[in-house]
Amino acid sequence: METTVVKSNFKSEEYFINMGPQHPATHGVLRLLLTIDGEIIKRVEPDLGYIHRSIEKMCERDSYQQIVHLTDRMDYLSSHINNEAVCLTVENALQLEMPERVKVIRTILSELTRIASHTLWWGVMGMDVGALTTYFYGFRDRELINDIFEETCGARLTMNYNIPGGLMFDIHPNFVKRTKDFITHFKTKLPEYDTLLTGNVIFQKRTKGVGILTKEDAISFGASGPVGRASGYSCDVRKHHPYSAYDRVTFNEALKTEGDTFARYQVRIQEMWESISIIEQLIDNIPEGDVQVATNAVIKLPKGEYYQKVETARGELGVYVISTGTKNPYRVKFRSPGFSNLSLLNHIAVGGKIGDLVASMATLDLVIPDIDR
Amino acid sequence: MTNEALQNLINTWIPDLEFSEEGSQFLNVTVTPENLHQLMIELKKNKETSFDLLFCLSGVDWQPELGVVYHLESTTHRHIIVVKVKTADRENPALDSVCDIWRTAEFHEREVFDFFGIKFNNHPNLKRLFLTDEWEGFPLRKDYEDEINMVIK
Amino acid sequence: MNISLNITETIQEWLIGMMPEGAASIVAMVAVALIYLIIFAVAGLYLVLLERRVAAWFQLRIGPNRVGPLGLLQTMADALKLVSKELTGTIKADKFLYNLAPYFVIVSSLMALAVFPFTKEFQAFDINIGIFFLIAISSVGVIGILLGGWSSNNKFALIGAMRSGVQTISYELSVGLSLLTMVVITGSLQLSEIVEVQKQGWLILQGHVPAIIAFMVYMIAGTAETNRAPFDMVEAESELGAGFHTEYSGMKFAYFFLAEFINMFIIAAVATTVFFGAWLSPFGITESIPWLGAFWFLGKTLVLVFLMMWFRWTFPRLRVDQLLTLEWKYLLPINLVNLVIMAIIVWLNLTIKF
Repeated sequence: METTVVKSNFKSEEYFINMGPQHPATHGVLRLLLTIDGEIIKRVEPDLGYIHRSIEKMCERDSYQQIVHLTDRMDYLSSHINNEAVCLTVENALQLEMPERVKVIRTILSELTRIASHTLWWGVMGMDVGALTTYFYGFRDRELINDIFEETCGARLTMNYNIPGGLMFDIHPNFVKRTKDFITHFKTKLPEYDTLLTGNVIFQKRTKGVGILTKEDAISFGASGPVGRASGYSCDVRKHHPYSAYDRVTFNEALKTEGDTFARYQVRIQEMWESISIIEQLIDNIPEGDVQVATNAVIKLPKGEYYQKVETARGELGVYVISTGTKNPYRVKFRSPGFSNLSLLNHIAVGGKIGDLVASMATLDLVIPDIDR
Repeated sequence: MTNEALQNLINTWIPDLEFSEEGSQFLNVTVTPENLHQLMIELKKNKETSFDLLFCLSGVDWQPELGVVYHLESTTHRHIIVVKVKTADRENPALDSVCDIWRTAEFHEREVFDFFGIKFNNHPNLKRLFLTDEWEGFPLRKDYEDEINMVIK
Repeated sequence: MNISLNITETIQEWLIGMMPEGAASIVAMVAVALIYLIIFAVAGLYLVLLERRVAAWFQLRIGPNRVGPLGLLQTMADALKLVSKELTGTIKADKFLYNLAPYFVIVSSLMALAVFPFTKEFQAFDINIGIFFLIAISSVGVIGILLGGWSSNNKFALIGAMRSGVQTISYELSVGLSLLTMVVITGSLQLSEIVEVQKQGWLILQGHVPAIIAFMVYMIAGTAETNRAPFDMVEAESELGAGFHTEYSGMKFAYFFLAEFINMFIIAAVATTVFFGAWLSPFGITESIPWLGAFWFLGKTLVLVFLMMWFRWTFPRLRVDQLLTLEWKYLLPINLVNLVIMAIIVWLNLTIKF
């Protein structure tokens, strides 16, 4: 089918190639159909569904506690934040007020997740523009966060630490100390990122003025997260619709106006600094108290519709639940940030070279299971 | 803009729309398929509403109707409205596309077409997004049956 | 200690006692060729190992350390694995060209290796157009890459091959011109002559400012000619998968892979010969022990090889148009001006001689 569409407006100098599903730059099983004239991209058409598991349909079958465990298989790099999104939806629907301790711990873990995701992105971004060393620097710091996660909840990636009604269990006694150690370590290592990649002339040449997205287009395409913010569109859910403990911390929304690949890069680096600052504000005064609120064993949401948005590392994740009052939701829709961000790839890549496409795609920070839900 | 003000304003454009705030944190408005595109254009273009962000577009199978829910937000006024549209035709459901108003709708409508079989008129590239062309049926419909892959408890 | 290392003659003299003169010279040539093949294979394998260890060092890793002491046999094991692998290929590939391509690449690298003066005596082929020969031979390799990419019937490979053609043709100019700049001082293309001139000071000192500029241009263009990062457009794994050798496997892939490392060695060895006095020791400290020349030659070459590895593991890759801009808008004009400056310096006798 794709071939016919591509070929119908095919000029003789153009040819098309399959980038993916197995390709180093697509970071997973994403297939891009590129129509190319020499090296210049004429059209990019994503072909999705290679790992679609129909999580939304599975949710209609499951109870609310079970849904939480499906969500960290979507955007596996923001698993904690995804879990939190579902839990918040259920808690808001049941009008449960979470203890302060839960809110603060969730926020700290969300920010650690964000740093972990951004360090991985940074490493992969470098690799996509040809600097292979960055990958190992990124992973060095990410491993330390994963160690904290492992000690806290036993898992390094798919955490499942949130449950509707709080946290599964209390934090490990070492948590505060290790997090502080990590922050101290990371504050010395983050400038290293700039030295290695940001200041590099070749890197700047590769990214500045590449893949420009204007603010109007960003809004029209529903871009969110660092992609939207790099275009000057203030879209930080943590600022505009604060949840958990974000209403009590002060942080700046990283905003750039250039809208190019380099701006998206800088926004993410800036976000890591902001995350450090958020964690520093919270880590010393985690309130004492319970980590769970009693809920019924079978959670039934009142009849109605619920929408909750959270800011994952990639952007705005929305959970839309329609309940008919039974133990299963009637319909669950996940508005995933990667899906909307992918839809603008064609817009920013056309006219550039193959190398530009790879660089722009790297700063969209696509996680394919997030798109193929 | 408050929900009442929104409701009054929208009523001046298209009369007799069904508004509801029951069981939802946002203002819900249900519109007929014929009026959908006109309402959407007004919501986006009008300076007082200026809903320039379509942050969520979901297909829903309400049994027997099929429908689409649009979550709209204004980045200037920061108010939110939910627009619902339903069609009773399950065999050949068709709605107007809102791609020309919000470009993000292009992918989201393809997803809805893929899973609910709702066709969108004037969509530039309406074809299956996730599933293969040969796939029979629309998996997110409530009456979809798959003996092999669906585990029903 | 005075071991004669003029290998061709030594072997030939030794053989003449056993067989007629004609046969002796043929056997001697074969023997020398075999010696060079072994050097080639060993150098290639250990350069791969070196690269892996250097990369590991840059990347906070340990690197290969399991096979043999300090992992010294790792690349041997890799080569054995590659030999035993199935040779796959695409069905619609142009079989003849597809199979020919790796040999083009490897033979051109091997031929270039023959002219280097590892010591005063250890030089297989002291041709009087040495530099010219090297430039000519090194551009044969690109034909292999072009053929490989073209004939494998894969679009990624084709894009890689075309990029390679564009890149090598462009950067060949800079390599040639920067070497010519130095030839202005030596007045000879023969490598032994060039070394002889450097007994009065390495050329990078003799030619001072223009020589340093020429060296920088040479290193940039040389890195580009070996298709290594930051100029690895040809492979560009994040863009083209594996570029021109996408469809190659087993030993044919290994030929491309080895040739890349040998080419890197060649580029560094040419720089050593032309800029850093080949086998000459600094201040003539080991002049009385001729065979130590090989140590100095390899030492200097490996420092330059390390420099190229350093480039690879720190820099991001350029885009293809930026690559050409760099060559045609910057390196080429700099080079031409530099050549004139060098000519003036030599004419006015402003070179530094010790």
